[in-house]
Formats: sequence, C-alpha cells, structure tokens
Amino acid sequence: MGQDRQAAEAEERPPLPPRPSTSASVDPKNLQAQATTAVTPLEIQTLSFPDGSRGTFSTPGARAVSNPMDSGSSTPRRDKDSASPDNDDAASVTSFAPTMRPAADIASLLAGGLPKRSPAWNLLRTQSSNVHPFEKSQSGTPDKFDDFAREFEALPEDSGEQYGDEERLAIWKSKLKHYMIISAAGKPIWSRHGDLALINSSIGVIHTIISFYEGAKNPLQGFTAGQTRFFVLTQGSLYFVAISKLGESDSQLRFQLEALYMQILSTLTLPTLTHIFANRPSSDLRKPLQGTESLLSSLADNFTKGSPTALLGSLECLKLRKSQRHTINNTFLKHRTDKLLYGLIVADGKLVSVIRPRRHSLHPSDLQLIFNMLFEAEGVRGGGGENWIPLCLPAFNNRGYLYMYVSFLDEEGPDVKVPGQEQASPTAPGEVAMVLISAEKESFFELQQMRRDVAQQLAKSGSLAIIRAAARAGRPRVEGIAPGSHISHFLFKSRANVQYCMGSLDALFADLDERRKLMTIYHELHASVHAKLAHLKVLHSTRQDATALAWITPVFEFYCVAGPNMSRAMMTQGANKIIQWAKKEEERLFIIGGGVF
Amino acid sequence: MSESAPKPSSSVKLVLLGEAAVGKSSLVLRFVNNDFQENKEPTIGAAFLTQKCNLPSRTIKFEIWDTAGQERFASLAPMYYRNAQAALVVYDLTKPTSLVKAKHWVAELQRQASPGIVIALVGNKLDLTSDSKTADSDEEGADGEDDSGDARKVSTEEAKAYAEEESLLFFETSAKTGHNVSEVFTAIANAIPETSLKSARGAGASNTAAGRASEEQRVNLGNARESGSKDNCAC
Ligand SMILES: Nc1nc2c(ncn2[C@@H]2O[C@H](COP(=O)(O)OP(=O)(O)OP(=O)(O)O)[C@@H](O)[C@H]2O)c(=O)[nH]1
Ligand SMILES: [Mg+2]
Repeated sequence: MGQDRQAAEAEERPPLPPRPSTSASVDPKNLQAQATTAVTPLEIQTLSFPDGSRGTFSTPGARAVSNPMDSGSSTPRRDKDSASPDNDDAASVTSFAPTMRPAADIASLLAGGLPKRSPAWNLLRTQSSNVHPFEKSQSGTPDKFDDFAREFEALPEDSGEQYGDEERLAIWKSKLKHYMIISAAGKPIWSRHGDLALINSSIGVIHTIISFYEGAKNPLQGFTAGQTRFFVLTQGSLYFVAISKLGESDSQLRFQLEALYMQILSTLTLPTLTHIFANRPSSDLRKPLQGTESLLSSLADNFTKGSPTALLGSLECLKLRKSQRHTINNTFLKHRTDKLLYGLIVADGKLVSVIRPRRHSLHPSDLQLIFNMLFEAEGVRGGGGENWIPLCLPAFNNRGYLYMYVSFLDEEGPDVKVPGQEQASPTAPGEVAMVLISAEKESFFELQQMRRDVAQQLAKSGSLAIIRAAARAGRPRVEGIAPGSHISHFLFKSRANVQYCMGSLDALFADLDERRKLMTIYHELHASVHAKLAHLKVLHSTRQDATALAWITPVFEFYCVAGPNMSRAMMTQGANKIIQWAKKEEERLFIIGGGVF
Repeated sequence: MSESAPKPSSSVKLVLLGEAAVGKSSLVLRFVNNDFQENKEPTIGAAFLTQKCNLPSRTIKFEIWDTAGQERFASLAPMYYRNAQAALVVYDLTKPTSLVKAKHWVAELQRQASPGIVIALVGNKLDLTSDSKTADSDEEGADGEDDSGDARKVSTEEAKAYAEEESLLFFETSAKTGHNVSEVFTAIANAIPETSLKSARGAGASNTAAGRASEEQRVNLGNARESGSKDNCAC
C-alpha cells in the first residue's frame, strides 16, 4: 500500500533532481556522518512492525496514512554500571512513522505532516538546515492551531441575544481539549469549558457510558471517536474525564487527570472527600470546592498549552552559579525557624532554593500544585501582601493540612533598579517569591519574621539581585550552547534530580500555537520512548515541518526539535553538544540535594 | 513631603470578615494600593497587608487580615480576629444573604473577640445602586455603565438601624469607585481608644519575635506604596 502511494506521489512530482528520499534514515549523507557522534555505532535495520497497526489509521485529511519508513534498531545495551552518557548510551536508533504506534497513542501532527510533499517543499528541503520548524510558508493549509489562543476564551454569556444555545454548544464543541469532573452519582462537579447548565446533557451521556462499564465490573479506560480521545480516570466517587484532540497518549492524559485529582485533595484532604461521599453519595461537591475552580482551570490550561513540567514530571530550576546557590541556601538555613517544614525560593516559576528536613523530600506533584497556585492562577499573586494558605500536599500527606506562607519579594532597594537592565527584557518580571511551609497553623508571625530576615540578608549580600538578574536573563538560548547547530529547542531532564532545563522559547516559540506544536512533538516523542514495550533509547523522527530527536539513558532524558531540513547527523551532533553542556553545567542548572536540616 | 516632625505612631490590628465575593479584598486593595480589579479571584486562606494612615495627631499603621469568605475557611477565622482591635464586617448591598452572614460575624465577634473591639459594618458595591450617581459628582466611577437600574437589595435604613442597635460604625462603600473607602478606615482609626493604642504597641512587638528588625524592613517595603496612596488615605 505504501509502495503504491509512493509511486503515485512520484508521478505527481516534477522531476526535480536531486530528489530527496522520503525517509530520512536512508539519506546517505546521514549515514556518512554518523561516526562522528556519540550516538554511534548506529545500525540500520528494518523493523518489522505488525502490519495491522498501520491499517487502523486510515483517517481522512491531514491524518492520512503516511509513508512507511525504514527503521533501525538494535538490542538495547543494558550496561547499568556505566552511568555516564559518554560511554555510549546509544543502544538503539530508529526512525519511525508515527502511525505504526499502537492505537492508544493516536498521535497526530507527526502523522499529519508526512503525507503530501509538495514540489515547493522539496525545493526547500534541498536548501540549508536553518529553516525553522513550523514555518508558515510550508503549510499551505490552515491547521487546527491557527486559532489556538481562542481555545482559552470563555464561552459567550448566556444572557446575550447574539448567541443561542446551539451556537454556544458549537463553540464548546470546537475546543480542542476538555476536562470534566463528575461524581459517580452523576452530579457534574467541574468542567473546563462551558457552564454546567449548557453541557448538562453531554455530561449525562458521558456519565452513562462510564457507569455502564463500571456496572459491568469492567471499567472504561477510554475510547476514540474520530480524532478525539476520551480518557477516564476513576478515583473513589469521582470520574475524571479528558477529551483531547491534541494527540496525547493515555498515560499522559492520566497524569493530567491525576493532577486535577491532587488539586481536589489539596483543597479538601482525602478523609474529608471520602467522608462527603460516604455520608451522601449524591453530595454536591461544588460547594466545598468553591474557589478551587480557577486553580483547576489554570492547571488544565497549562496542560493544554503544553507543560514540560507535567510532561516530564519534574521541575525547572533557575540557573545559578554553584557558589551563589550555596550562599542562598545557607542564608535560608541560617534564619530558619523551628516551625518550618519546607522553605522554597522561587523566581518566575523556577526553583531557586529549597530547604527541607533530612527525612523529607518534596514531591514534584506537590510542587506543581504550589507553583500553579502562585504563578499560573491569579488569586494569590494578584492580592498583594503576604498570604497564609492552608493546603494539603497530597503526595506528602493526603490526610491533613499544612500552612503555607507566601510572599512575593517587592522590588526594593537600589540593587535592581538598573535602568538598562530593565529595558533589556521588559516582559520578564523577575518575580521572586518566598514560600515557607509549616505544619502549625498559628506560626504565621514566626514565618513572617523568617521571611524578613532572609529577604534582608539576601538583599544585603546581593543574592537577591543575582536571582532577579538570572530570572530576567531567561532560559539559555540554543545558539549560545551549541552554536551553528540549528537546533531550535531542547528539553533535558536529569532523572536523578527530577529536574529539567530547556532552551529559550522566546524567539521561535513565543506564540501559543507554535509552542503547542513544539510541545505536541515532545509529547509524541515522550510517548514513543515511554511506551510499555518500547526498547527505544534513541529516536529520530522526521516530518514535513520539523525533525526531532529523543535520547533516553538512565541518567537523563533528552528531547530536541529542529527545522525540517536538519539531517540526522547534524541533529545528533547538536544534541551531543547540548548534552555535554548540560553535564558540564549540571550543578548550575539543577539543585542537587538542596539545603537539609 | 510636608512631614517634618515625626508624629507618634501606633499599629492597629484589623480584620475583614464577610461572605465570599462581597468585596473584602477589593476594599483592601483600594485602601492599600488605590486600585480595583474587575475580576478578582477569591482569597485562599487569608492575606496580610499593612497601610499607614495619617491622623492629625498621630500615624496609625493598620495591620490588616483580609480573610477568605468561603465557608471552608470559616474555622480559621478566630485566629485572625482573636487579637484584633478593629473589624470590618462587609456585606454586598445587592445581596441580602450577605447581610445575614454579616450579622453572624458581628455576633461571633461580640462573643469571642477582645471586648474593646471596634466594629464597622460596611455595605459594599454602592456603585451598583442608583443612588451612587447622585451621591458624589466628583467620583471617578460615575461611568454610567451600570445604568441598567438599581441593584440594591438591602436598604440603607435597615442596615443603619441594625448598626446603631449593635453600636457599630456604618458605611456604604464602593471599592470600584473608591467612594467612602478611606473614610471607613479613618473612622476606625479615630474610634480606637487612645489607651488601647498604647497597649497595641506592646502587643505588636510581642507578636513579631524581633520587633526592631521588622520595623526597619517595613519602612523599606512601604516606601513605594506610601507615596502612591497618600491622596487615597485622607486621614
Ligand atoms: N461593582 C462592584 N464590584 C465589586 C466591588 N467590590 C468588589 N467587587 C467585585 O466583586 C467580586 C468579589 O470581590 P472580592 O474583593 O474578591 O471579594 P472578597 O470578599 O474578597 O471574596 P473572598 O475573598 O472570596 O471572600 C470581584 O469580581 C470584584 O471585582 C464594588 O464595590 N463594586
Ligand atoms: Mg478576598
């Protein structure tokens, strides 16, 4: 079938020599260059995928079946002793056509990009590799992300005469991503889009389907309708539903729904939640959750926009010199009060410093909730002043509340008022927050005092200015790390530290839609290398508007994306440079251990 | 600018209580930053803010606890009003149930808070009523966008009668236009007995373990805000 298609395409094409191969993996240039990189040795083989899996994707339009591609693989080397990536973690390399993946991963754009290669595209491809990913000129047809900013707009009001219910429902249906929470008894609790009155019947249908399977003792996990994946997570008396046209894998959707569940626990604690439904299964959870809606929505939107933190289940830190971070940790530790459980300093959503008791570490999913509350939702930051917030950190202990002191450090003193600096990055606010968590609800004034002492000392020693400057400087640019590599963006996760760093999004991925396309590629790469039976360690994928690479070792996970013309050899070389850099800068990029007391 | 001789200053602990979404945080935001946000998110837990207020004879520094009105936080309230010298109990004058809730708070304060506590009953969102347009012609909020009519559901007389009965200060305000907001705080500042102010100082220092260091820091923090809000705080 693929052969036919290729032949047909060949006929359509004008004879434009040199005609590029449709498969990156057999590009002779790539093969020649391989030996210069650490991903070698590279052995190209043809993988025999079960043929059936291709057939399941005969969807029309942009999702048409793609060309079959040659794939290479070799047995992964399980060399546990050599943790160093230099030692050759390149156990296998493969290029793949995404449609060969199991149906669960109905991935999308990768497949969407492949089919038609216009003459113009072929011309482009023969040009240099510095064509950026997703350049508009390449995709003649409008795609679903053209209006991506509208995804987050609220539905028009009920009262307006302009829109009838039908129009409003149509707008509701046009959303690419939905999240809903329904009680097992059928009460709608929360939905990201649309008021519950408008979508009541839709929720009813979803609830009926889920309960039907639940009743048959064969719980429904998910199903696919057209290009839309429905995924269901059941937690006690709650059904969490994600409906996505964005092509995430089931396990990625599960992670997102679990985060919503964690937010509910964070508001109520598990015993309270259980108690509410044990007493009365038909309870309306909306009342006790009042005020949590905006936190749920900002979590959901963060996932819809594409969050590396959620994808990698890890945190981003502010890059600082080791000695600078050391000074900050020590200041923090020195002024610690007895009432303190955890202390965090956070700048622009990036972790600067953590102090914690030796026995306890902080779980990324708890930190995600805190960061969401402080930096994504408006409530706390918009209020001004100092905040005293009871919250449950479910991964720490889902049975009780902790108390969180939050204060954003105002721009104060002369240290940051350098006019030139402010002009350089007017959009980067350099917001620094101090978060002090205690188990004692009466400890506000002690923590407030600690905050004052720490802030004063940080300002005096210049650390605060350093933090602000680092936050303003933003994420590292790939150009600075691997000059000339033409890699557009990367993610690097340090597995041991459960932290990641990434390249700057400013230049190429400033728009929401471009950022989403980038994140979609990352989600697909991530799904492929984390699929249950995947033995992939290195994965290279080519599509019409971009190329991408994933590289997994016991030490790190690395993902990067480049323009469509990037050869695999170039890509690998660039990847190597970035990984070398991350290794070299490890103690600046990541918090290793943090301050312990 | 015109301050030459430093006036005696004392701090007053003030707590805001009231049903969710009546505008507690908005009143504080107007008082402290002279600002208003159309879609303010609900407060989670409580927020602590400070603002200075210049009386002819002295400077009052308000230490304000802006509490969350949502039911699930109600059990934490005693922690915030326990040491308070003043309370602002807020209701939304377009929402009768919020006055009922306000009365509950007043009763609880009279039972549980310190005996001398100064309580002000505040009906907020005056801009949504028809009398707001005639009230002050120089208000910035005479913006006519709420011409749809009178949304008032709680009459001035009713609330005022209740306030007199319970000897509360009483104001109708709009955090949106700023109408009467600084007046509430001035009135509270004036109503705090001189004796209670002296003792307040001691109490303040005992609460924050190291009083001197914190004083220093506060001066720093307050600078920007003070200059911006002087006109706002007419006291
Ligand atoms: N028109 C009008 N709206 C107001 C006024 N004050 C507050 N609001 C609006 O009412 C809503 C709730 O205001 P908040 O200040 O958050 O109310 P709150 O009492 O602090 O609520 P909680 O923190 O949940 O207890 C917001 O959308 C405000 O913009 C006012 O004076 N006039
Ligand atoms: Mg509030």
